[in-house]
Amino acid sequence: MKPDKPAKQLQAFFDEAGRIARFTGWYFRQAIRPRYEFKELIRQCFIIGYQSLGLVVLTGFIMGLVLTMQLRPTLVDYGVESQIPAMVAIAVVREIGPVITALIFAGKIGSSIGAELGSMRVTEQIDAMEVSGTNPYKYLVVTRVTAATLMLPILVLLSDTISLYGAYLGVNIKTVTSPDLFIWQVFDVLDFTDLMPAFIKTFFFGFAVGMIGCYKGYNSTKGTEGVGRSANSAVVLSSVMIFIIDLLVVQVTDIMGFN
Amino acid sequence: MDIRENIANTNDAVISIRGLCKAFGSNKVLDDFNMNLQKGQSKVVLGRSGSGKSVLIKCIIGLLTPEAGAINVFGQNVLNISQEELDEIRVKIGFLFQSNALYDSMTVRENLEFPMRRHSIRLSEKEANERVVEALKNVGLEHTIDMMPSELSGGMKKRIALARTLILKPDIILYDEPTTGLDPITGREITTLIKEIQHKYQTSSIIISHDMKCVKNTADSIALLLNGKCYTEGTYSELAMSDDPNVKQFFE
Repeated sequence: MKPDKPAKQLQAFFDEAGRIARFTGWYFRQAIRPRYEFKELIRQCFIIGYQSLGLVVLTGFIMGLVLTMQLRPTLVDYGVESQIPAMVAIAVVREIGPVITALIFAGKIGSSIGAELGSMRVTEQIDAMEVSGTNPYKYLVVTRVTAATLMLPILVLLSDTISLYGAYLGVNIKTVTSPDLFIWQVFDVLDFTDLMPAFIKTFFFGFAVGMIGCYKGYNSTKGTEGVGRSANSAVVLSSVMIFIIDLLVVQVTDIMGFN
Repeated sequence: MDIRENIANTNDAVISIRGLCKAFGSNKVLDDFNMNLQKGQSKVVLGRSGSGKSVLIKCIIGLLTPEAGAINVFGQNVLNISQEELDEIRVKIGFLFQSNALYDSMTVRENLEFPMRRHSIRLSEKEANERVVEALKNVGLEHTIDMMPSELSGGMKKRIALARTLILKPDIILYDEPTTGLDPITGREITTLIKEIQHKYQTSSIIISHDMKCVKNTADSIALLLNGKCYTEGTYSELAMSDDPNVKQFFE
């Protein structure tokens, strides 16, 4: 190994970070200036939200059911089986729901955006758009990032609800709990400080997934091989970003006294 | 001056390129390149692969920004104008991409309507539809109007891309290797189509190609791009008879 390789890798890392920061900066500049691409934004909201619906519902249901089944033996040992709904609710709403849904979203939407824009770049469709009097950044990137930012929180709310339904069925596998009692136990333990930080962070997750997918696709090079690489690195990088944002949000909410 | 007045007043060079320089890192692709395109003229830019032919026309349309020089289109230097002015000039320039660049997610009709909608061309629904049908008739593919690009063959995609280029009735068309990747018969058909379009719409054209059959059939004048410069210019027969080895190698 050459002695200067780590230094070059570090420089490449900071170069890439700088390019992503500049690409993100363009979003804020372009999003506020007319012309506004409302029609394309609504189309993207439909595509991004609808595409992920089935997967989010399925994983949310399994998440709630499995979590309940895994918690039961330990809580039975401690004699606090009645606390299952409360524990599952806290775990799902505060952490597992937003993070797992965001990771599923990154796999589904991040890769799709990366591959779509990457393919458009290498087949000159983005250039054709520019020649046709269209700002491709505004038409392709701003709409997709905004749609991802708006759709993920809705998907997380849906996933949390389905998870709690899965948890209700999980509780009723071995005992009998009425829906009223289950709902009362869930909402008795949840309050504003559980819901809001968890909900707000999903906007950041959605923004990161959309932005990284667009960045990787928009700057795709080297033909079809580059398209595959863009889709792959969009998923990897946005998954890492989800955990980094989660870590930052936990620190911030801790300082603000929400934990 | 308004671009429409400029077009009306232009009697000779619709495109004038002076001292154009473009480099990618240390690789100088265009180095003090000069060329004129006269009104109604069809000029082929000939050169080896990687010599900067596509870079040249991408600079003209504003997809790439050169380091130095001037590109006057209808008397306006496209390197010193606002985005709105550039968009206005782009309405008058059609660009046929080497890879066709048809939008995969749109039907043929939507592909053709896209430049009209984006350039805010004020046409009624009926007029827009008539233009789409006329453009498709020009390339003999009216029946593909509701098809997706993935359902078309390579030759059909090229024709549809040409129809999209024609939809705004441009005064200048830039062709980026129009016959590359096509079989000889389809290549010949595309060459014939280019000639027909030039004749019908009286367009001025710059054609990037190294398909010598296409060059012979379409060129009024040929510019040879060598080492980033316009090495020589002339008609096909003038250059074909040249003794210069740099020119001769293309005609052997």
